[in-house]
Amino acid sequence: MKLFPILGGIHPEYRKELTSEKAIVALPLPKTLYLPLQQHMGAPANTTVNVGDTVKKGQLLAKAQGAISAALHAPTSGTIAAITEMTAPHPSGLPQLTIVLDSDGKDEWAEPMPVIADPFAASANEIKARVAEAGIVGMGGATFPSAVKLGLGNQHKLEILLLNGAECEPYLTCDDRVMREFAEQVVDGARIMAHALGAPKVIIAVEDNKPQAVDSLKAEAAKTPNVDVVGVPVQYPMGAERHLTQAVTGRETPARKLTADVGVVVHNVATARAVHQAVRLGRPLLSRVVTVSGGAVAEPKNIEVPLGTRVSELLDFCGGVSAAAKRIISGGPMMGQPLPSLDVAVVKGTSGILALTQAETNEHAPSPCIRCGSCVTYCPCGLVPVEMASYIRNDKLDLAAKIGVQDCVSCGSCSYICPSHIPLVHFFNYAKGKIAALDRERRKTEQTKSLVEAHNARLERQAQAKREAAAKAKAAKEAAEAAAAAQAQTNSAGGANA
Amino acid sequence: MSIVIDKSGPFTHGPNSVQRTMFTVLAALAPATLYNLWLFGLPAIFLFLVTMAACALCEAACIRISGGNPDRALGDGSVAITGWLLALSLPPWAPWWVAVVASVFAVCLAKHAFGGLGQNVFNPAMVGRVVVLVSFPLQMTSFVTPKPLFTPGSPGLAESLTITFGRGFTLDGISTASPLGFIKTELSKGVPVTQSLSSFPSLGDMMIGFHPGSMGETAVPLILLGGLFLMWRKIISWHIPVSMLATLFLMGTIFSTLDPARHTSGMVQLLSGASFLGAFFIATDYVTSPVSKSGQLAFGFGVGLLTWIIRTYAGYPEGVAFAVLLMNALTPILDQHFRPRVFGRTRKGEPLPVRGDK
Repeated sequence: MKLFPILGGIHPEYRKELTSEKAIVALPLPKTLYLPLQQHMGAPANTTVNVGDTVKKGQLLAKAQGAISAALHAPTSGTIAAITEMTAPHPSGLPQLTIVLDSDGKDEWAEPMPVIADPFAASANEIKARVAEAGIVGMGGATFPSAVKLGLGNQHKLEILLLNGAECEPYLTCDDRVMREFAEQVVDGARIMAHALGAPKVIIAVEDNKPQAVDSLKAEAAKTPNVDVVGVPVQYPMGAERHLTQAVTGRETPARKLTADVGVVVHNVATARAVHQAVRLGRPLLSRVVTVSGGAVAEPKNIEVPLGTRVSELLDFCGGVSAAAKRIISGGPMMGQPLPSLDVAVVKGTSGILALTQAETNEHAPSPCIRCGSCVTYCPCGLVPVEMASYIRNDKLDLAAKIGVQDCVSCGSCSYICPSHIPLVHFFNYAKGKIAALDRERRKTEQTKSLVEAHNARLERQAQAKREAAAKAKAAKEAAEAAAAAQAQTNSAGGANA
Repeated sequence: MSIVIDKSGPFTHGPNSVQRTMFTVLAALAPATLYNLWLFGLPAIFLFLVTMAACALCEAACIRISGGNPDRALGDGSVAITGWLLALSLPPWAPWWVAVVASVFAVCLAKHAFGGLGQNVFNPAMVGRVVVLVSFPLQMTSFVTPKPLFTPGSPGLAESLTITFGRGFTLDGISTASPLGFIKTELSKGVPVTQSLSSFPSLGDMMIGFHPGSMGETAVPLILLGGLFLMWRKIISWHIPVSMLATLFLMGTIFSTLDPARHTSGMVQLLSGASFLGAFFIATDYVTSPVSKSGQLAFGFGVGLLTWIIRTYAGYPEGVAFAVLLMNALTPILDQHFRPRVFGRTRKGEPLPVRGDK
């Protein structure tokens, strides 16, 4: 299959060997699970249980609310101990409404959702509904509700479902293991999704550094037409949706558009597996595979983890974290996020938990920019990070926006390569947040302005009406008076005449 | 365990650093430098050391005055490059005070008056060279024929000390012009290039750098080797050197074909003066050259063209330093006009059209 080059990109040290040969193991069931209501993009889910309720495994705990949201289910059986605010697994450390579930240790299933016997005979809406019901979100880390994405076939003419198995982040091997160990589920899930999307073709793209995953997927794909497995070059950020689409199809997604606009929808391999389980087994999303790795972890592992497991428990299962840990990251080291504490929960988007040492992060105090241009050379989006950063430093956000700071995907290639160790992505994230806030502010001001204008116009209209009424009344009164006077005159005249 | 959560990712960083970059450049310069120090003997070594020391002192003084930490700044290696390149651009037997004046202008004026590392508009070493070139033209255009160390003609310790720190070398006795200077002078006397070329060093001597010239510019193969090393280490890219040298070569070739009496060939243009040193080590200075590849191509073209024009039409036989400084002044404009195309957008910055709607 012909591949197309992508712009820029870097080759960070991979460090996947720490876990790539570790088969997925199951985590013993934790005593207590902590399930934040927001484990996805969009509106938080709405609780359907109360404190004290006993629930079965797979039972709905919270349902989706709004157009972009996802349902949440009990990963095991037990009692709802609390529904309370707890620290979210997000660098802000802000509290978030969380369901606390005490396990009863029996792991008893609720009545399962009915199996869809022949998904290829089912309608697209039926598949979509099932995926929504199962609470599946994009498991590559973006956590966009999958059912919403499966509806793209309604507005777009789709040709390809591109299954993302690139896994270009260093350390992470959870997708690699899923592809190796559950190739059948992945391919089946992909075919079901393609059916729902109305896409005639499935292409599974895997970075060339995962030959076993490619082999097992190929063996599986050979059993069915219309599924191709392709090895893509090892080049970060190959796993970025738009870049993977470009590499595999040569199609460049226009700015501010979706890959669906070029006929391609991208889903993660682990999402495909979850879809397979929801459709074929009637199983909602209750767990995910997490890579626990990094130089500060005693025994790095790939683990099938029930959602809601605390990070500290996960790390304990891997022999604990050494004192050398400098940063604890959720996700990969390039685009992952630092965790505010080890008490936060594993959620649907947690692909990895990394405990990194100073040597691994190689962080140093920034030195002055020497304009080496590396950030320009390696930016996969064709941006000029050095210039954007200097505008942002000087508080010229409009200029930074003009040269494309909002087109930045925060992949971190520029920061990684910068010899001066300048935290460029940090600047860009700040600018993007600030620009969005300013936009909201501007819209709000405009809205207020138009409301005030409407209000003034209404007052003006009322005043006008009042004036007109008054004038009318006055005119009527005057007319009446004049008539009366005329009458009186006539009368008096008449009287005089009489 | 003290966990930090103060910033966005990435939480891993490549092995590169400013220091590593700078020292790689120095390593790339080393072979040509050592060869030329050997070629021009003890006075050249003294002058090299004086320039390096003067630049380092200027750097430390400027940083102390602005309240910084001199140790850390000296450690980044940037001033070592300035001093090194400046030394290579001086006549090897120039007196010590020429080097000191050049160093002061290079480091204090060209670099620190603009705000220090990364802020300067002009290449510091070239500013230093040009200042002394226009101030002390006699000292700056008096070259010597190579007298390698440990050979009979090479000056001894006492004589070398006198050359560098004393009354200078007797200009009339051993001073000579660089090949480009010689041709220029002959041409002004009405001698056509074709004739003066007969007393020009052979192409072979040119290749091995065995001819009069500045301290570090004559050893073309070793400079090329250093340049290729920098490309291999991805410190520089081919864009500036290739576009500069190609432009210079083409201009020389075209005009010497049209009018051989007045113009030297493309090969002579390439092998003489600071063409190679300039192409690989001076024009490629990060701080003062454009950041995008297309901007670098334009920059290299400009340096090549200006070098040829200055060599051909201006009063100076050699033009690389002037050409680089002139193009440095254009770098901010080149940076504005030469940007890569943003992914998903047209060159003008509009989103690409969606398939189907045009």
